[in-house]
Amino acid sequence: MSQLALVIDLNVCVGCNACVTSCREWNGPESKGGVSDQKSHHKLPMDTFFNQVQTYEVGTYPKCETVHFPKSCLHCEDPPCVPVCPTGASYKRKEDGIVLVDYEKCIACSYCSWACPYGVREPDPHQKVMTKCTLCVDRIYDKSLLEEQRKPACVLACPSGARLFGDIKDSNSEVSKAIDERGGYQLMPECGTRPANHYLPRRHNKAYVIEESDESL
Amino acid sequence: MKPAFSVIFLTTLIGVGQGLFLALYTGEVFSFAGGNQSNPPQMMLVGALLVFVLMVLGVFASTFHLGRPERAWRAATQWRTSWLSREVIVLPAFIVMVALWGGGFLFDNNPILSVLGGLEIRLSFVVGLIAAFFALFLYVCTAMIYVAIKCIQEWASPLTVINYLLLGLASGFTLATALASYFQSLLTVDYAVLSIIFIVAAAGSRFFSLCRNAQIKPKLSAGTALGTRHLQIRQISQGVRRGSFNTSEFFHHASQNFFLWTKFFFLIATFVLPFFLVIFGWIGDSTLILIAAVLIQYMGLLAERWFFFAEANHPQNNYYQG
Repeated sequence: MSQLALVIDLNVCVGCNACVTSCREWNGPESKGGVSDQKSHHKLPMDTFFNQVQTYEVGTYPKCETVHFPKSCLHCEDPPCVPVCPTGASYKRKEDGIVLVDYEKCIACSYCSWACPYGVREPDPHQKVMTKCTLCVDRIYDKSLLEEQRKPACVLACPSGARLFGDIKDSNSEVSKAIDERGGYQLMPECGTRPANHYLPRRHNKAYVIEESDESL
Repeated sequence: MKPAFSVIFLTTLIGVGQGLFLALYTGEVFSFAGGNQSNPPQMMLVGALLVFVLMVLGVFASTFHLGRPERAWRAATQWRTSWLSREVIVLPAFIVMVALWGGGFLFDNNPILSVLGGLEIRLSFVVGLIAAFFALFLYVCTAMIYVAIKCIQEWASPLTVINYLLLGLASGFTLATALASYFQSLLTVDYAVLSIIFIVAAAGSRFFSLCRNAQIKPKLSAGTALGTRHLQIRQISQGVRRGSFNTSEFFHHASQNFFLWTKFFFLIATFVLPFFLVIFGWIGDSTLILIAAVLIQYMGLLAERWFFFAEANHPQNNYYQG
């Protein structure tokens, strides 16, 4: 049993949106059979994003921090979107825990998007099926790529190393250690969905500067 | 949630259809159980046809909610886990049983299957019994689709099931009263009384659920959504897009005034006006007033269903703070 997941370090994320654009690049464009990519800046965009970075100000000025918050499908261990699906299109893979949508079965009834507390599913307006993050399942097992390239596009693109990828069930993996050592947490644990993706919290970094004495000069 | 008109029409139309069938079948059981009055056969035939049309219209409306209606048959496969799948199975099964039941009246062919203790058990009685079970179970399936979404606190309550059942029965029996009055059935008074009982019961349970939902303390907040201990959170950016599925699907997008007026309107139009109109129609023996009651109540039901969706607060909204 393994459970692949992303671990996102909010202490490092600078909100550059490289993960968003690389995700769109790998999963698109529409003309090549990918997800829709039209009218991004209309009120009701005709495009599909698996991953978005939102920005929040936490606290009150001047005691506040800007938090850049990337959010994609969390690949829950107990995904609420799977049992509600009437067609069986929404499913969780036993071998690696990735939650996927079978585009051949989906009828786009939107029920899974209602059942998901995180709002990470989007119907694709052109393919007319429900879509979501696949953890780049078509890339991470691709033997034609170099081994260090077999990671989700967003992880490879992140310039600050805020996105880690691995098996959270393997206690020796980089992601398990990061969760253990840096206080990794899940979103909305009250929902009982047991999200696989974890977030690493903001930390206060202090620089200790020792004043050099005049005598040493 | 954004109220989808396809789902509003689906749930209200089939609710009335199931209720009307249960009313007609109640009439049949009434005469079977020794009542010396029964509905005229033409009324049963027209009633069955009306149930059939309402159900088919409901199914037609539902296809507008699907991106790929041509694959809708696939939705019958996951009945083990999904209430939506169960609804997709029970709905056509009910329509088939109603068609068989109505066919008996159309071809005037209703053979006696057996005699139990002096009571003649006719084919339509058995077919109708199965259809009645389907009708009742269909209310449960429809409501459980919403109850099953645990993270939407407004819906995740047994009251949702009771409301769907009672609102469907109230509207179905009001329609049956108008129909009985038109065909001058001897059971018109019985239907009027039952209709009033269901209107009062539905008003009670719906009002109770409004009170319950007004007192809900949200289990989730922006704090738990982001995982920050500090509760003072202000959104600066919603992502790179101007809007998204997240900003359109999970809000009702109406003004607070419209929202409150809809609540007021549905309480008046679904319960108060039909209550008095059924009484006046019954006392004044006026089919016209009863038809007015049916139409006004249906308008009210549309508003009620709009409000049902609009008042549901989805936890993903915690990520979108305006």
